[in-house]
Formats: sequence, structure tokens, C-alpha cells
Amino acid sequence: MMRIWLLAIALVVLGGGVSAGARAADMPEFHLVLQNHQFQPATLKVPANTKIRVLVTNKNAMPSEFESSDFNREKIVLPNSTITVFIGPLDKGTYKFFDDFHQATTGTLVAE
Amino acid sequence: MLGIALLVFREVLEAALIITVVAAATRGVPRRGVFVGGGIALGVIGAIVVAVGMGFIEGSLGGIGQEVFQAAVLLTAVVMIGWHVTWMSSHGKEMVQQMKQVTDSVKAGSSSITILLAVVALAVLREGSEIVLFLYGMAAGGAGKMGFFAGVPLGLAGGVALGFALYFGLLRIPIRYFFSATNWMLVVLASGLASTAAGFLIQANLLPAWGNQLWDTSRLLTNGSIVGQAVHILTGYEARPAGMQLVFWIATFVILVAGMRLVAWRQAASHARARRRRGQAAPRTASEAAGTT
Repeated sequence: MMRIWLLAIALVVLGGGVSAGARAADMPEFHLVLQNHQFQPATLKVPANTKIRVLVTNKNAMPSEFESSDFNREKIVLPNSTITVFIGPLDKGTYKFFDDFHQATTGTLVAE
Repeated sequence: MLGIALLVFREVLEAALIITVVAAATRGVPRRGVFVGGGIALGVIGAIVVAVGMGFIEGSLGGIGQEVFQAAVLLTAVVMIGWHVTWMSSHGKEMVQQMKQVTDSVKAGSSSITILLAVVALAVLREGSEIVLFLYGMAAGGAGKMGFFAGVPLGLAGGVALGFALYFGLLRIPIRYFFSATNWMLVVLASGLASTAAGFLIQANLLPAWGNQLWDTSRLLTNGSIVGQAVHILTGYEARPAGMQLVFWIATFVILVAGMRLVAWRQAASHARARRRRGQAAPRTASEAAGTT
């Protein structure tokens, strides 16, 4: 039972990885910087209905967690490092994101 | 201080709810407290190791190490819960019978409880590593001692208290239905964890989303609220789920229920065979007994 499960999981992950990896190369890329507990830019404009790659760089001396309940993402950003987050494709609209470790730090993603 | 208390509370709550369901599901098993306590202790150590090694985890696998790690932890827990519930469907009845007789002399459950120890450890590891990183950041940012000495215990106590509240709520379920209730809770919990794992694999671009947002119930219950978060942990609730998450949820649910049914059916079949054998043997011994007297 356990072995069948693990095999199934491995197959799904591998299959998805191969197919998704092939598409990753030609994906629009955007940058966000966390500095002095502010997102720069505070409003990020991205194309709607397109999968995008967002690079989040943390220039603070402490860890942060890039998170959004609106587009369902959460990922820790260590000090002086950059993470990659794949987002979308999103419908047209505005989506909030925040630093889960410093809730006052927020930003907006605008898909248009 | 309140910021610290709130974050610690939310992370502790997530682990506490999982521990509560596991603790309820292993009710009556001897030395259960040792296992649950051991799982928590292992989880705390693991959380510190993961927090310290987060740079390595993040850097590995070309920048998607965090997502793969989270998904691996979640899916491991799913497999372990799956193992436990299928095991329970053949042993659950014995556990209830034994509990009805003498509560403190139950022998069943020792193999499966080791697996649930790991589930507890993984839950604590996952949420705990976030607390460690957060507190490290707070310390580095010069948060006052007051914030730590009041905030951390306050958040911890709040999360643990809610866990206990759920536990004593569950204890009110009549013993006849108790293990089937906790088993169903485990099945739903595991389905939710699988769906969360799918979310991380989508985030890492390893899985297609199959519909980025199937529906939006965030007006009814957001995942950002405490209630939304508790429901998310217990059932995998997402206000805006991706199609693939729903697929993972349903697939896990169907596989676990089918596994439970299959094991229970086999168990019933082997019991019936054993009864037939005993049935044939009984009259002979009776006539032998009659012949000798």
C-alpha cells in the first residue's frame, strides 16, 4: 500500500515537472524588492491570463515570508537572498500580498 | 508583543490541531502520551534544523527546494495517515471492545502509533521552523525582551488551549462511534494535506494548476482568518482552490476510503473462514466428549 502510494506520487511529480519545466523558459519575469519593510514596487503590474515568474529579493537583515491569500502563495525569503515564485495565470483584477512575518508590509499585484 | 503572540499562535494552532486529531485517534493506547510527547520533541528539534538549513533547502533544486521540501513533508504525512487508517479499519473494532472492557490494558496500536508519532513530528517541524525563523528575525531586528517573554508564551498557550478544547470536544463522541469518527477526521485531514502539497507543487511550477481558481468563497471564509486557518488545517479548505488541489483532495479521499473498505472486507472474510473452521470442529469435540462420559 505504502509503496504504491510513493510510486504514484513520484510519477505525478516527475510527469508534472517535465511538462512544466519545458514551459518555464519563455515566461515573463518580474522583480520585487523587500527593503526597509516595504515592497518595491508596492504595486506590481502583470499581464492577466499568463503564468509569470516573480523574483522576490529580501534586502532586510531578517527573514520574511512572501505570502498572498489572494493568489495562494507562501514562501520564506531569507535575508539578502532571492526567491522565485510562479504565479497565475490570474484573472484581471487586484490581488494583495504581504510579508507574513511583518504584517504591516503589504503590496498589490494588478493583473491587466 | 501582540505581533509575536499572533504569529506564534497561528503556527502553533496548525500543529496543535493535527496533534489533537492524532491524540484522539490513539485514545486508549498505552504510553500514548510518551509517543505524542516524543513526536513533539522530535518535531521541535527538526524545526530548528530546518530553520538553520533553510538557505540550503532554498538553494537546492534550482530555487524550488522550499516547495519540494514542504510537499515532501506533507505527502509523507499523508502516506503515514493512510497507513494508519487502513490499519485501523482492521483493528479498530478490537480497540473499541478492549476499551470497553479495561481501558488501561489495551494492547493494540503499538505499530501504528509509531507512524502517528512521525505525523506529529512532521506537523511540529513544518510549523515550528517558521516560528524559529520568525523569532530569529525579531531578535535580529531588536524586538524587546518583553515581546519575547510575553508574546511567545501567550501565542503558545492560545494555540495549545484551542487544541485541548477540540480534544475534549471529541471525547464527547460516544465510544461506539469514536474511532470511526476520528478515522474519518484523519481521512479528511490527509486529503487536505495532499491538497496543500499540490498547492506547493503548483507554486514551484512542477504541476499544472488545472484552473488557477476554481471558485472564490473568500467572502464567506478567508484563509487569512483564524477560523479559516483552522478549517484549512482540518479539511484542506481553500477559499480559492486550484483544480489540481481538488484533484489531489478527491484522489486521496477515494484511495484511503477504498483502502479502508478493502482491508475491512478482507478481515471480515478471514474471520468468516475462521468461524467456519471452528464450526466444523465443534460438533466433533462435543460428540467425543459425549462418548467418553
